[in-house]
Amino acid sequence: MNHTVLTEHMTKKYQQRKITNRVMIGLLASASCIALIPLLSIFIYVLAQGLPGLNLNFFTQLPQPIGETGGGMANSIMGTLTLILTASLFGIVWGVGTGLFLSEYPPGRLSNVVRFSADLLSSIPSIIIGLFVYTLIVIPMRRFSLLAGAVALGIIMIPTLARSTEELLRRVPVHVREAGLALGLPRWKVILRIVLLGNSRAISTGIILAIARVSGETAPLLFTSFNNQYWQRGIDQPTSSLPVQIYTYAISPYEDWHQQAWTGALILVSLVFMMNMMTRYLLSPRRSSK
Amino acid sequence: MNTKAILEVKDLHAWFGNTEAVKGVSLSAAYNAVTAIIGPSGCGKSTFIRCLNRLHEELPGAYATGHVLIENIDIYDKKVDPVSIRRKVGMVFQKPNPFPSLSIFDNVVAGLKLAGVKRQSTLKEIAEQSLLSAALWSEVKDKLHAPGTSLSGGQQQRLCIARALAVEPTVLLMDEPTSALDPISTAKIEELMTELRKKVTIVIVTHNMQQAARISDQTAFFLSGELIEFGETSQVFTAPQKEQTERYITGRFG
Repeated sequence: MNHTVLTEHMTKKYQQRKITNRVMIGLLASASCIALIPLLSIFIYVLAQGLPGLNLNFFTQLPQPIGETGGGMANSIMGTLTLILTASLFGIVWGVGTGLFLSEYPPGRLSNVVRFSADLLSSIPSIIIGLFVYTLIVIPMRRFSLLAGAVALGIIMIPTLARSTEELLRRVPVHVREAGLALGLPRWKVILRIVLLGNSRAISTGIILAIARVSGETAPLLFTSFNNQYWQRGIDQPTSSLPVQIYTYAISPYEDWHQQAWTGALILVSLVFMMNMMTRYLLSPRRSSK
Repeated sequence: MNTKAILEVKDLHAWFGNTEAVKGVSLSAAYNAVTAIIGPSGCGKSTFIRCLNRLHEELPGAYATGHVLIENIDIYDKKVDPVSIRRKVGMVFQKPNPFPSLSIFDNVVAGLKLAGVKRQSTLKEIAEQSLLSAALWSEVKDKLHAPGTSLSGGQQQRLCIARALAVEPTVLLMDEPTSALDPISTAKIEELMTELRKKVTIVIVTHNMQQAARISDQTAFFLSGELIEFGETSQVFTAPQKEQTERYITGRFG
């Protein structure tokens, strides 16, 4: 008798728990969907606003003077690409190098200071980094330049890359490094050729993410690389870039410039989207099992 | 068999910071002999062989003092570069550790390639030789460019042996090379060792006393960082001189 009462009680409890479980999963799922709404609406809106202005001229022509219609952002697209390339030249070496130092050399006071500084640097607003480069490069050179913009973007890349490289390399087991040392290879060779190259795919996803992060930066470029209505003329000359051009056109009073700004935004978003897709591809299980 | 000592350890102490893990060990090994190091976990046997190629000191806070003579050169001499020592003293680890994302071929020749050997014909020849010596050639000769990590555990361990052999060491250290393997792979590696001993002098750490009895010429018993007994394997296992040795090998330890 007692036994059936207990069983009945437990069945009831179990039913209740099942319902609670369903409700909670439902809540979590809807919360996740709500989180997707801003992303999707930005994407759809940019697509809707940007597509009408999308044509071949946009990629091949320079901006037209005020009052004339047509023209494109060819110089800004090129400018953004050169900025990213130049920034990567030293940002990657510096960032990955710092990550190597943090993961491969014995922990000590120096590495703690470096790690803490990297974390601090990554939380500094990018406009401050722009100001820093402004006083460091723009004032002494007496002009805005591609170089200054690239240095600003490169500095922003360093902490992200340093930390992602460190995290990735920490996952490489110690015995892999020891196997290299036991073959009579000097430590630096083990680190570069076995630890780093052996994980080049994971490292490159870190690099792509860092590039994606800086490619949309606007604030530090406003007073470093500035803007330019013509083709890029040299590393010591101001250059146009997509984010700054979008900013300039978006706050202008002209209707066709607004259209151009939307199309520019579409290109920029697609660029970042493509870079993120690339990391997914590089890290896909199908490839890593090979 | 040449009976001259190729490996001579004199008063070796190894430390992790303030903890002494190896407390003054002296022993020697003849050319092409197999020396087994046995003892309970934590007795310092792995630390001991890691001192024989100066790998111990690569750990943070770790260092060693004393003398280790290999072919009459003291590897703890201040003028000696530890990197050059490790070319002469190869090592196989407890867990098979092929280099990730390198092919079977590149794993075998990694030591040579990274030391600057570029000629493909030389590399191919040495890769084949080393894989033959490690009894792996017939299993991998058709897939040399497959990743090293695609092999089974036992094959990976033989790949690691081939990799160590490719730089032509005179001494081969093996740190519990079969403890992560199944009995069949273990038997293959033991069989392989009887061939390898013709070319190299082997020092092997093992938890498996039957293995020590089967494959070694001399056995060293370690306990709490001290060398308790060292002698001919048959003597250590049948007529141990020390009580601790007897208790350990008969399983009445502790």
